[in-house]
Amino acid sequence: MIPELGHFALALACALAAAQGAVSLFGAQANQPRMIAAAPALAVGQLIALAGAFGALVWSSVVDDFSVLNVAENSHSLKPLLYKITGTWGNHEGSILLWCLILALCGGVVAAFGRELPSALRARVIGVLGATSAGFLLFALTESNPFIRLWPPPADGRDMNPLLQDPGLAFHPPILYAGYVGFAIPFAFAVAALLEGRIDAAWGRWVRPWALGSWCLLSGGIALGSWWAYYELGWGGYWFWDPVENASLLPWLTGTALLHSAIVVEKREALKVWTVLLAIGTFSLSLSGTFLVRSGILNSVHAFANDPARGVFILGLLALVIGTALALFALRAPVLAPSGLFSPISREGALVLNNIFLCSIAAVVLTGTTYPLFAQLLAGAQISVGPPFFEATVFPLAVPLFAAMSIGPVLSWKRAALAPALMRLWWVALVALVVGLSAAWGFRALPPLAFGAAAWLILGAFADIVGRVRLFRLPLGASRSRAAGLPLAAWGAAIGHAGLGVTVAGIAGMSLASHAIVALKPGQSTPLAGYTWTLEELHDADGPNYMARVAIIEVARGGRHVITLTPSRRSFPVQRTTVTDAAIHTNLLFDLYAVLGEERDGTAVLRLHVNPLAPWIWLGALVMAIGGGLSLADRRLRVGAPARRPLAVPA
Amino acid sequence: MTRKRRRLWVLLACGVGLGSATALSLSAFRSNLVFFVAPSDVAASPPPPGRSLRLGGLVEAGSVQKSVMGGQPATRFRVTDGRASVAVSYVGILPDLFREGQGVVTLGTLRPDGSFRASEVLAKHDETYMPKDVADALKRSGLWRPSEGAPPPAASWNTLAVPKQGG
Repeated sequence: MIPELGHFALALACALAAAQGAVSLFGAQANQPRMIAAAPALAVGQLIALAGAFGALVWSSVVDDFSVLNVAENSHSLKPLLYKITGTWGNHEGSILLWCLILALCGGVVAAFGRELPSALRARVIGVLGATSAGFLLFALTESNPFIRLWPPPADGRDMNPLLQDPGLAFHPPILYAGYVGFAIPFAFAVAALLEGRIDAAWGRWVRPWALGSWCLLSGGIALGSWWAYYELGWGGYWFWDPVENASLLPWLTGTALLHSAIVVEKREALKVWTVLLAIGTFSLSLSGTFLVRSGILNSVHAFANDPARGVFILGLLALVIGTALALFALRAPVLAPSGLFSPISREGALVLNNIFLCSIAAVVLTGTTYPLFAQLLAGAQISVGPPFFEATVFPLAVPLFAAMSIGPVLSWKRAALAPALMRLWWVALVALVVGLSAAWGFRALPPLAFGAAAWLILGAFADIVGRVRLFRLPLGASRSRAAGLPLAAWGAAIGHAGLGVTVAGIAGMSLASHAIVALKPGQSTPLAGYTWTLEELHDADGPNYMARVAIIEVARGGRHVITLTPSRRSFPVQRTTVTDAAIHTNLLFDLYAVLGEERDGTAVLRLHVNPLAPWIWLGALVMAIGGGLSLADRRLRVGAPARRPLAVPA
Repeated sequence: MTRKRRRLWVLLACGVGLGSATALSLSAFRSNLVFFVAPSDVAASPPPPGRSLRLGGLVEAGSVQKSVMGGQPATRFRVTDGRASVAVSYVGILPDLFREGQGVVTLGTLRPDGSFRASEVLAKHDETYMPKDVADALKRSGLWRPSEGAPPPAASWNTLAVPKQGG
């Protein structure tokens, strides 16, 4: 009964979304006040219906209703409750439903918090979100329905891929999807602005927080995914330039560009057309990223839920959404007259530079990701593009970007001089140079460059704040009061930039990682990176739905015990799969990482890693997200809260 | 600063950005593309030794030999597409799903003696899944025709007889 209710709610949501698109867009175009007023209600209605549908799917999974095909294929009665809940979005159908739910949530959020918007603009934004939603809900209903029944129901389910039974991955999809789908709001604003033919500072002020919020979530989602790959896949790496990963990196790159160009629209009313294009492009990349990977068009080593049969519908839908938006852009963009002039050396100029390089990086990543696809289609050649390509193209383009990142914030708007700005940063450059040179042993260019860049970014952010509060130029108390008065957005920007510096430091550290693959018998030991790793014993242990083989490894340095690592191999009988469970010990400066491989007549194969600064990669992403969050909390940037107003006196 | 001048500057900056991106991509494409080969391709026209390749196919039944070389786990096996097979040696941890009869993709280089030295061995995290490259290789060798239904069970792949061409 519950799955049928869910199915009905899904159909209802699809109908409401179609109505939301049609009524709101038509009403705004024909200037029908009653239709415009209906838009928010329809958006909220769609959200409620879809939440009901999603709730029904979660319920079916929790009560082990194996008569539902989706649950039978992806769940098992012995699976822990957490994974019964999170498993609903660990498969194709459920993840599409989650995606649609988040899109509906975006509509609901605009309906709830958009009261200060001009009503026609709000109706158009809600309408665009509704129309997009309707298309994907139709896809969910016809091609990937999660509520299909199975008769007779099997005695038990087929269980979920054990690699996905992990807390890190349980929350990775919702956060990542919220980031992806959040860019639907800037997209809807861009399309609405094109329909209206008008963009002003208020538009920029509206778009920026949404872009910023989505960006924070996307950063967090990508970091969580990378962290999961690091500790769960047990390959010792954190980023593999796999199509799935690139698909999430692309909207992040253009989203970062959007974030910065929206600042220029808001403050200076320049770069309007470009910002609109970026908003459209970012959401288009989010869409293609999610669905091209999901549909199996881009082949990936660790894509889990794909089904090529669904590709055609998806491609058609993508072409419709992206094509319509771009066609509208081509038709209407000339209407958006630019204003706000600036000289090349200015804050705007630096932001333009940032945009150009971010988009260039996005372009090479896109080329590398899709090249095998086109080579296959056009030349019939089977080619793969691996990490060396991306490292050879992305890293050089990141150098000017990083250089501009610390200089840009100390330039003034409109017109600036480079020399005084560079004077303020001389000590930063000096420290960066020293840090870089101190890492320059060996013949590799990456570690010194990356360590130097990390120091330049972190200290550059610090120098920005120092300059703003005039530390050491004013008495300490005056500086402190200036710091307290500094807008949160300034703190947010500096912390965000420093966060990237922390991530770059982590990447630099990982480039110095050392590892060894050894075959040891219990009692034997091996040296690696100054540590002695001794395999003490091997034994069996059982978990709730798996059997495990556990190794106990004692790690010592200079005769002193450091830590006991217990990597294991878990075999899941239902899926007949074995998963390696890496043991990681971190002290924030480096990770000791051990993986247990197979056993051959009493000898265990072990892979041991020492990864300097590895945790900084994800720590940096967290710092970036915190910086974004601080910037979001800035009252000045919120429409409808320009200043704290005194309480209204009742009439 | 007039509008025209500004536009010129912006165009110039775009040109520098996109130009360097294109130049970097082209130079990286020249050296960093990795071609996929099936064992019968290697037999027909051996690629030059030292070039980075992806060799895909099925692990030949009975060909896997595991040993320990200088404290490191080494594995030798043969990868086949039904028409030809190539000897592969690999030092390291095999993926959990590596077994005889399973489709694998290996990354590495050919040695002058015609054997393949793998630096990485990939197997899909799914028992019923066949890597796309392997599926194409099977189709080309005539072992599987998609028009005649699902692929044969993985365990029997390397013992299947090759149907006669045009038959």
